[in-house]
Amino acid sequence: MYHMQTGHAVGFWRKYVFSTDHKVIGLQYMITGLFMAILGGFLAYAFRMQLAYPNEAVPLFGQVGPDVYNAMVTMHGTIMLFWVAQPILVSGFGNYLVPLQLGAEDMCFPRLNMLSYWTFLVSTVLLVASFFVPGGAMGGGWTGYPPLNARMDYTGVDWGGTLWILALALEFAAALMSGINVLSTTLNMRTKGMTLFRMPLFVWMQNAANLIFMFSVGPLIAGALMLLADRTLQTGFFIPAQGGDPLLWQHLFWFFGHPEVYVLLLPALGILTEVIPTFARKPIFGYRMIVYSVVAAGVLSFIVWAHHQFVSGINPQLAVAFSLTTIMISVPFAVIIFSFLATLWRASIEYKVAMLFALGMLAEFLIGGVTGIHLASTSTDIYLHDTYFVVAHFHYTMFPVTFFGMFAGIYYWFPKMFGRKMNEGLGWIHFLVTFVAFNVIFIPLFAFGLAGHQRRIYDPSLWENLVPYQHLHVIATAATIVLLLGQIPFVFNFFWSMKKGRKAERNPWKSNTLEWDTPSPPGHGNFEAAPVVYRWPYEYSAPDREEDYRPQWLAPEAKP
Amino acid sequence: MSTAATATLDRYESPSVATGRMGMWWVLASEIVIFGGAVVCYLLYRWHHPEWAESAVHTNELIGVINTVVLLTSSLTIVLAHDAAHHGDAARAKRLMGFTILLGLAFLCFKAYEYSHEVAAGFTPVKNLFWSFYYFLTGLHALHIVAGLIAIATVMRGVGRRENMQRVEYVGIYWHFVDVVWIFLFPLLYLAPKF
Repeated sequence: MYHMQTGHAVGFWRKYVFSTDHKVIGLQYMITGLFMAILGGFLAYAFRMQLAYPNEAVPLFGQVGPDVYNAMVTMHGTIMLFWVAQPILVSGFGNYLVPLQLGAEDMCFPRLNMLSYWTFLVSTVLLVASFFVPGGAMGGGWTGYPPLNARMDYTGVDWGGTLWILALALEFAAALMSGINVLSTTLNMRTKGMTLFRMPLFVWMQNAANLIFMFSVGPLIAGALMLLADRTLQTGFFIPAQGGDPLLWQHLFWFFGHPEVYVLLLPALGILTEVIPTFARKPIFGYRMIVYSVVAAGVLSFIVWAHHQFVSGINPQLAVAFSLTTIMISVPFAVIIFSFLATLWRASIEYKVAMLFALGMLAEFLIGGVTGIHLASTSTDIYLHDTYFVVAHFHYTMFPVTFFGMFAGIYYWFPKMFGRKMNEGLGWIHFLVTFVAFNVIFIPLFAFGLAGHQRRIYDPSLWENLVPYQHLHVIATAATIVLLLGQIPFVFNFFWSMKKGRKAERNPWKSNTLEWDTPSPPGHGNFEAAPVVYRWPYEYSAPDREEDYRPQWLAPEAKP
Repeated sequence: MSTAATATLDRYESPSVATGRMGMWWVLASEIVIFGGAVVCYLLYRWHHPEWAESAVHTNELIGVINTVVLLTSSLTIVLAHDAAHHGDAARAKRLMGFTILLGLAFLCFKAYEYSHEVAAGFTPVKNLFWSFYYFLTGLHALHIVAGLIAIATVMRGVGRRENMQRVEYVGIYWHFVDVVWIFLFPLLYLAPKF
């Protein structure tokens, strides 16, 4: 019913390219995502150079015109969220780890899984192709607001915007297929003994993320089709002159767009729930409380969206309600963060690189969360809306989630994926440069925002009130370059360790979850014998035992 | 290494719902929010634009009624096919699925006839927002009919070889969903103004 595992050789193409193996598909998602991250990072370099040195030719890029600038910021946002964070954190890690952690041989719909990746790859090709069509790539902002984007002649972006919508729709379809697999596999393919409350929290988080995605993305898919019709057929769904309403798009977009933040955050928190107990050598604090918090956050995430529209003319009474729900949603996340802190409390922490990135994500995300309160409150948001404060805020949430979370996961599971460990020394350099440079980029942007620097302006030197702050742009841009260069040790480490890294045994970190019961890397079908689960996944440093960990699959000793 | 097929039965915590059926329910959950979003958009606009009734009177409710009957009948044939497959009667299941496909095609033919007359009368998708929504919602629905027909035809081939008989139920669930969407669209688009 599932696979032929009779040992007959599978050719190269079936094994690594057109594969139905969840591990290969997970890696395909991750590697595609990493390549897109290079593209997204390069765009950031080019437009930050333009901001620091307006209208000078950018090395390696050339002159950045206003149209190109708009296209670059739009595509940077689109790529980083939907072609880096989503494929790596949700589909990538989810595909690779959920079946392993459940003790399953594969996802329950392997061919659907393969279709999911290939749909995603087509969407990637469409998106990259949109750079090369007449009129260039989408330049109307990553939120695609109409009426600006509802007619081709409003932005001058011709096919770019249409391809952008198509690529997004395909990406959503791919993510839905992947999500259906995660949800069904979790419900139906847990190995013997793996009750719901013995599942690693990573699996809980993945399921919550995919559920939230599934129930929020639908209206935007409908909206995207309407926007597509507006652009191509000249209908007027979002055009006021034809009776349409641009605000409708904002609702459809943010009804998805805000939950999407949690879709990306939860898998990253899931990575932390595995990394932190392993290197703190302590059981996670408040397992059930974390699960309930995730459920609460998932429900709340559907009733916060209008906080993006406080200045769009919504009813002020409604704005107060959305302010309250938005502030409320920080409570479950505070519970989760405090659980992490309690896990770390008085632990003898092993500072491996994976742990550094996990702690880095906690620290940085905290700043993102706290500055979010300022934007959740209508009175301050009206002043800060559409300024660089918002840019800094969401980079403090999304960058740690996407990159610190992802790096924590990669350094942690690399030995499982490739059978070798990554170099710790290079990892330390990678972490320190990333950590410092990231803060140097975005702390100035908070100051910018408070000083009234609007988002999405091409040439800040045209605004007299911004001229005194120009040196901050130079600092942020220099740090951007350092941040990008700081990824070179990672890329080198990644490929070098794949071939030359220290060989890793099955369970190099002495961890408890089921993926560490497989060979590194696991073969097709994952487990040599079906594992049986005897306990929860966080049994570290039990006082009555000599070894400081007790894996889920270890049978209890017979009483003497 | 144990082979998967033999190991599956005892391999996992006992699942409560058959995997294929559950997968289909997740597909429907995704589809419900897509159609839900689209229909709610239409309702919000309609609420604010009572004058859309003047456009809505030009829809052809006779064909709407016929198509409703056609689709409901096709839901009956597919559920009978499920029953036949359940009792192992592959030939009967196959025949009933064939009827379902014919009824689905009939629905599409009526729809095409209706579209062509509406366009000929000047009620194109860009005539006004009511017609934009009309074509958007019924068009999206028609695409789902096409997808459903392809799925039923694919499963039918397997049933002919007595393979994967359980899939008759799964495409059946999908087909009922497409039917239910129409049950919402028909009154909202064709009948709402005429009460």
